[in-house]
Amino acid sequence: MTDLSQNPAGAAPRKHGGSLLEKSPHTKKRNAAETRFKAYGIAAITAGLIMLLVLVTTIVGKGTGAFQQTFVTLNVELLEAKLDKKGNRDLADIKKVTTFGYAPIIKGAMEAVIEELGIETSLKSKELAGILSKDVAAQLRDYVIANPDQIGQTVEFRFLASSRVDGYLKGRVSRDSIVNDKNISAEQLDLVDALAAAGVLEKTFNLDFIFGADASDARPEAAGIGVSMLGSLFMMLVVLALALPIGVAASIYLEEFAPQNWLTDMIEVNISNLAAVPSIVFGILGLAVFINYMHLPTSAPLVGGLVLTLMTLPTIIISTRASLKSVPPSIRDAALGVGASKMQAVFHHVLPLAAPGILTGTIIGLAQALGETAPLLLIGMVGFIASNAPETLADGLLAPNSAMPAQIYEWAKRADPAFYERAWGGIIILLLFLVTMNTLAVILRRRFERRW
Amino acid sequence: MPTFWLVALLIALSAAGFYGGRRRAIATAAGNVKDLHSLPSYYGYHVALAAFVPAIGALAIWLLAQPMFIENRVSGMIPAEAIPESSSIGLVMSDVRRVAEGLDLAVEQGLLTAREARNAVAGEQDLRALMGEVGVALGSKVRPEVLNAAQAYRNLSHTGRIAMTVVVALLALGGFAFAYARTHKDFRARNVVERAVLALLILAASLAILTTVGIVLSMLFETKNFFGLHSWTDFFFGSTWAPNFRGGSELSILPLLWGTLYISFIALLVAVPVGLFAAIYLSEYASGAVRAFAKPLLEILAGIPTIVYGLFALLTVGPALADLFGKGGLLGVEWMTGATSVLTAGLVMGIMLIPFVSSLSDDIINAVPQAMRDGSLGLGATKSETVRQVVMPAALPGIVGAVLLAASRAIGETMIVVMGAGAIAKFSANPLESMTTITTRIVSQLTGDTDFASPETLVAFALGLTLFVLTLGLNVLALYIVRKYREQYE
Repeated sequence: MTDLSQNPAGAAPRKHGGSLLEKSPHTKKRNAAETRFKAYGIAAITAGLIMLLVLVTTIVGKGTGAFQQTFVTLNVELLEAKLDKKGNRDLADIKKVTTFGYAPIIKGAMEAVIEELGIETSLKSKELAGILSKDVAAQLRDYVIANPDQIGQTVEFRFLASSRVDGYLKGRVSRDSIVNDKNISAEQLDLVDALAAAGVLEKTFNLDFIFGADASDARPEAAGIGVSMLGSLFMMLVVLALALPIGVAASIYLEEFAPQNWLTDMIEVNISNLAAVPSIVFGILGLAVFINYMHLPTSAPLVGGLVLTLMTLPTIIISTRASLKSVPPSIRDAALGVGASKMQAVFHHVLPLAAPGILTGTIIGLAQALGETAPLLLIGMVGFIASNAPETLADGLLAPNSAMPAQIYEWAKRADPAFYERAWGGIIILLLFLVTMNTLAVILRRRFERRW
Repeated sequence: MPTFWLVALLIALSAAGFYGGRRRAIATAAGNVKDLHSLPSYYGYHVALAAFVPAIGALAIWLLAQPMFIENRVSGMIPAEAIPESSSIGLVMSDVRRVAEGLDLAVEQGLLTAREARNAVAGEQDLRALMGEVGVALGSKVRPEVLNAAQAYRNLSHTGRIAMTVVVALLALGGFAFAYARTHKDFRARNVVERAVLALLILAASLAILTTVGIVLSMLFETKNFFGLHSWTDFFFGSTWAPNFRGGSELSILPLLWGTLYISFIALLVAVPVGLFAAIYLSEYASGAVRAFAKPLLEILAGIPTIVYGLFALLTVGPALADLFGKGGLLGVEWMTGATSVLTAGLVMGIMLIPFVSSLSDDIINAVPQAMRDGSLGLGATKSETVRQVVMPAALPGIVGAVLLAASRAIGETMIVVMGAGAIAKFSANPLESMTTITTRIVSQLTGDTDFASPETLVAFALGLTLFVLTLGLNVLALYIVRKYREQYE
């Protein structure tokens, strides 16, 4: 049994007559082994907690930058000669001016502000405009088309700075790192410093990251996670609408009605197996059945929702069964005793009592589905720019969209490191959702769970 | 969206059925509810269910079966000589579908009238340009056979849609009328409704079987197609993974399997010692306060989505390892060329699996009866001796099961390896080289433009089936070990 009863090789037998207060070498060795063993355990836990700490600090440290963005405030003179040559404010004519037509106006505005502030620079006007985002011309054009009456006036605008300038203010881009960068020069950074000192260029909270749409490869500063958040929302609606009723129905049958036979056994085995099937296999199923066979649209949140439903069903069934099981048989017996049918006993008495537990399990299942990425890759929710927010319910379900985790993956794949900051920022938002859902589940459980 | 309206109609009809059935039942009892066999609402549910369930079932089956039926009919129309040398019936069919879809879109956008679309003749108009205008890209000019088949396809699906609407509406109305006519005060509505509800419950429970069957069948079917195009000996016993979309690919699973197992091994090397010692400490040594603090924190690691770990591997762990082992790194060695490597993915996956191993082992260790510990401690053993010589042997089958489950998780994990492991398939024992896995190859073969007639796409299904069988086998083995070798203490 233990080392006590034998004399292990190498350890001297305890000599009689020695002091009891003095520990024998053998005891010392055993005590040392004990301390070592305990230390391993502490080391393991510390290692795990350190990993968690590193993970969280990395996410927070690298992601918070995405919530801030550098903006340049400029007074722009909307020259009539450039924007509406005929001067009749005809929308069709105004729309004919492409974003290229707006470039001189932006350059002019930059030159004006530099002159006003008295900054000396040898940069050409094109390089001056280079510190602004490529998105600016489109923003200006949208404004002019929406407000044609403002042509000829001077309007104050808040423009996005380019991602390099933004990175410079956030410390991601340094003067050393841009030596071979053709998108920005040291001269431009001098100008940025001067503009920042004058308060024209400043870093502020960026709401567009949370609610905005994704942007193309060249404009990381304009990319937001809002549209893919909607995609995730529609997927979760599908999952909730399908997985909850089906999961609850299946659990009620298995827990309350199922006779002990081969069919029941088969269902049980299948559910426990499905819970362990890798998520990517569900993606293959979705691709083969929903897209290739049923011809549902690719990249649609409906398809994503269906796939995630199949994936979360086992989770919901397992937790629902546990909460049905925790309702004591006396409740059923009492209901049956006063003349309820078995169905009535279950639906009128057991189910309401189990509802908090079912809800908790469902929220946890939804949280799991919200963070799942692999199946979404296969049904085509990556590889494009999710830029259009859906307007109707049908649009939201059927129009191609991304989802939060898929959007993060998409950003992580892009070449410009400015997107990495967005990816970490997206993870913060995703984790906030998950934390909220899990907290909700814990509160529900604490608040409503009954001990019988 | 006609299907949407059809469903809305069904819901409206069944709502009407609920009130109609209830009112009629009360009317037959001359307003005296006590004369009814069942509660009034059961008569309502009876009519509502009869109107809704058969119709929606028919709708679902129709939607599933129609594509298959049409596909069969139309592909039978394409003569064998119309299929070009380098192509297959599947490719021609996808052209047919695209032409049909393009014609529908053209009508919808008003570029063609319905009659023009029906009478469209290949060669007379430039159909390809027209398709391009509505956003349907075609590889080549529309050939007459394809156009004929596309017209037949459109006809059939049009007729099918009308027939479906008629059948579903008839079923709903028929069910409504039948149930409404049966409604009478002596009718046993509750028994009928309860039987119907029970049938629905059974149906919901059977969905689990249906999903499994769906997974297996869909992969089996495409895998069969794959083995028709590619030799199975190369797949299972070849040594090279070199997909080439121009043909002549070598698609062997062995290098991928090697990468998968290597990464999983490293992950387990991290997760098992850390997880197991954490579980032992938490269940045997830790005070209540430490346990209440550390256990939930460790379990947070399990709730973090894999995309987060993937990003962590790609952007933090990978570059950090490259700084250590790469060119100009801290150790002054040049063992690593990029940030992606077996070690990167393995380490991060190990972190992910720590809580998985620790919480499973924790449960198992706690299940060992206290009397055994007391006996051992009473004989004079130290705590660590008790754990090593009494608790561990008793918990061993469960722990082996937990490790196998963790291994199955590691093999099926996708995002971490997609982002951290790299894309090069090779046999190498160097953990600092990038390698690729089964799951990464499934993702890369199935994302982007997929052509379901080429072995390069279809191989993903064979890989998926292998993965499914592998993980299922590990799970079953884990369950078997736990059942077979578990000590029963009661």
